[in-house]
Amino acid sequence: MNKKDFPIFDNHPDLIYLDSAATSQRPKQVIKSLTDFYEKENANIHRGVYTLSEQATENYKKAREKIAQFLNANSNEIIFTRNTTESLNLLTNTIKPLLGEGRDEILLTEMEHHSNLIPWQQFAKTNNMKLKFIPITENYELDYEKARELINEKTALVSLTHMSNVFGTINDIKQILDLAKTNNALTIIDAAQSISHMKIDVKQLDCDFLAFSSHKMLGPTGIGILYGKEKHLEKIQPFLFGGGMINTVSYEDATWADLPEKFEAGTQNIAESLALGTAIDYLEEIGFNKIQEYEKEITQYTLEQLSKLENIEIYNPGIEKSSAIISFNLKDIHSHDVATILNENNIAIRAGHHCCMPLMKKLNVPGTCRVSLSIFNTKEDIDKLIEALKKCQEIFR
Amino acid sequence: MDMYTENILDLYKNPRNKGILENPTHENSRNNPLCGDEITIQLIICNNDIKEVKFSGQGCAISQASSSMLTDKIKNMNVEDIKNLNKEDILELLHIPISPGRLKCALLCLDTLKGALENARN
Repeated sequence: MNKKDFPIFDNHPDLIYLDSAATSQRPKQVIKSLTDFYEKENANIHRGVYTLSEQATENYKKAREKIAQFLNANSNEIIFTRNTTESLNLLTNTIKPLLGEGRDEILLTEMEHHSNLIPWQQFAKTNNMKLKFIPITENYELDYEKARELINEKTALVSLTHMSNVFGTINDIKQILDLAKTNNALTIIDAAQSISHMKIDVKQLDCDFLAFSSHKMLGPTGIGILYGKEKHLEKIQPFLFGGGMINTVSYEDATWADLPEKFEAGTQNIAESLALGTAIDYLEEIGFNKIQEYEKEITQYTLEQLSKLENIEIYNPGIEKSSAIISFNLKDIHSHDVATILNENNIAIRAGHHCCMPLMKKLNVPGTCRVSLSIFNTKEDIDKLIEALKKCQEIFR
Repeated sequence: MDMYTENILDLYKNPRNKGILENPTHENSRNNPLCGDEITIQLIICNNDIKEVKFSGQGCAISQASSSMLTDKIKNMNVEDIKNLNKEDILELLHIPISPGRLKCALLCLDTLKGALENARN
């Protein structure tokens, strides 16, 4: 679907790109948005009183409004960051005043990416809190029974991924959010993987915070989003200090700008923010119903074809509970060797620990091969993948 | 030229000097954070010469083959000569084209070995 929109394939006609979970390819509309800004609209935002700057400021504001609308949030609740990792670090650096008195447990899951693990490890150490983890079942899903026990009056916050970057599992976050809210714990969603595959409505979810990156949803690198409920963002301190985030400044002190500028110190990634807006337009024009339907079909096909191979272990909860990401290992062949041989066949996959080292240890493997799909992938891509995997097995026989 | 030559694949399936030494004088473990591979090298050094060497741990074909080749090479070698071994020596041993993304796999054993020389037991 829409492969012709992605210029990378004009330059690499034989490329089979199966690594969209690491970073998307970009459609020409998004790339054009970047060059259009630099060629036709370039000026700094906020303080200029000349036409170009005013126009850039207006477009930046409109991009924020578009993202707010996309998530069903208010504009003031959308903070531009560099990526999901920075969004989560913003939180671990500022969230302390929001945590309930006497609550000393932070609840994560065993399937978190390092970006939603390490910041909380550091936060827990600094604040003398305990980390707890919702375990995964043998079917690569969260253990919701255990979650019920783990979320209690000691839980200060629950931070979890919407979609596993290793298994493709789509977590029933509504269930976890309900448990957390019943227990008055704060809720944070890492939507880095889910954002390009499904419609997310923060009002409906009623999460406190949600983070994602532009570069995994067909947008440019260098731009990420932190959504936060306005009442929370009002209460916490800025994360970065400097130009653009102030109201008044003396030599001794300063006061902060209103939301959202309070959290956006320094010159922002203006072109990238606008191009993220274009990526959202692009996704919405196709429509998430159509995207989901297409990706489901191709994911199912991939699962079926992989399952037909001998000596393969697939780490996936099944098509009903996942999408677009499949991890596997070929018996007695290291994932990096598989990826190298696939590369010789113009097929790009991810191999290794996928920024989930503790999870790999739990699976008792040094790493996995990971195939991740996007709207431009076809069944022919998968047929070529299977052919190349058979070649791997032939070489290592 | 092919990365997965018969020789590399043979060493992957039948590694040389793989195992555990009972009484090593020197020992070191190192992992490659890119792929999660871990290698342990144990040595018995006597009069500044390598008398015995074993490696253990799991890894890809490239890291396993280079570990086999390097441990073969250093038997009876002088510690000072080992300190002078470098990337080019390993690539020469492997004699295959290594892509930049796989260089760490190839060099993990050399890093681990050099660490072991500095890490005497007791």
